Amino acid sequence: MMTEISLNILDVTENSTRAGASVVHITVEVNEERDLLKVLIEDNGCGMSKEQLASVKDPFFTTRTTRKVGLGVPFFREAALQANGSFDIESEPGVGTKVIAEFQLSNIDRMPLGDITGTIHQLVIYHPDTDFVYTYVFNDKSFTMDTREFREILGDVPFDTKEVSDYIKEYLSENKYNTDNGKNI
Amino acid sequence: MKSLEELKAIRDKMQGQVGLRAESEASTRVVVGMATCGIASGARPVLTALADAVAEKQIPDCSVTQTGCIGLCQYEPIVEVIQPGKEKVTYIKMTPEKALEIVDKHLIRGQVVTEYTIGNALK
Repeated sequence: MMTEISLNILDVTENSTRAGASVVHITVEVNEERDLLKVLIEDNGCGMSKEQLASVKDPFFTTRTTRKVGLGVPFFREAALQANGSFDIESEPGVGTKVIAEFQLSNIDRMPLGDITGTIHQLVIYHPDTDFVYTYVFNDKSFTMDTREFREILGDVPFDTKEVSDYIKEYLSENKYNTDNGKNI
Repeated sequence: MKSLEELKAIRDKMQGQVGLRAESEASTRVVVGMATCGIASGARPVLTALADAVAEKQIPDCSVTQTGCIGLCQYEPIVEVIQPGKEKVTYIKMTPEKALEIVDKHLIRGQVVTEYTIGNALK
């Protein structure tokens, strides 16, 4: 089991990048009035067949060959369901995959969101061939980071250059703070 | 507040140096397993600690990257150090603290930290 929702996001988004996605949309939405924490991960990777989609919630299904179990999706699903939430995954071969996890925000069994800034930063830095559109919504405020904007400015300067990497980390943490006032979620 | 103008300034500063970087291919590769097994056992802070330390100590020709499942899930988080002409070193059950020791001893001084290697665990 993961200890943070953000680790589930990291893990499941790795699947998107391995599915050859060129763009991954990640949205984290916190709404206190609706008592809801919603995570949406949508990619334009290779997608899954009906059979694969049906078995992806099964821990004993994986496409990898190094081991026989695949716990990424089951972990994420369990985390949502145990917090009185819901989990849904849609996929179409050649189009992409969409994962939606909802958590009851105030539920005692909801794991913390955790270091979402570190997670998004890591995804951006270590997947230079994938673009990420990350939206963070807190009640009526929100911000969006689009790596395509960064890429357009940077040209051939890579994301893992220390100065650029530091900039992206600060960009994420400052914008998050301005959106949720540093609230512990 | 971070502006995109700031990013432009970084680009202008870095552009001259990019050519240099590309020419000197990284010779030391530090690889962190980042599949479900790795993430669940704490690989994310290990990767961050390694990447920050390598950048901060300006270790030359060294790249930190991530990989999928290495197939030794029970030993995660796993860090591999790959250097040309040397046998690959596999460190197991890493923490950010142990990872920093590896930066200081192995990457900077060239001494393998035997006590954290998989070979040592299997003895």
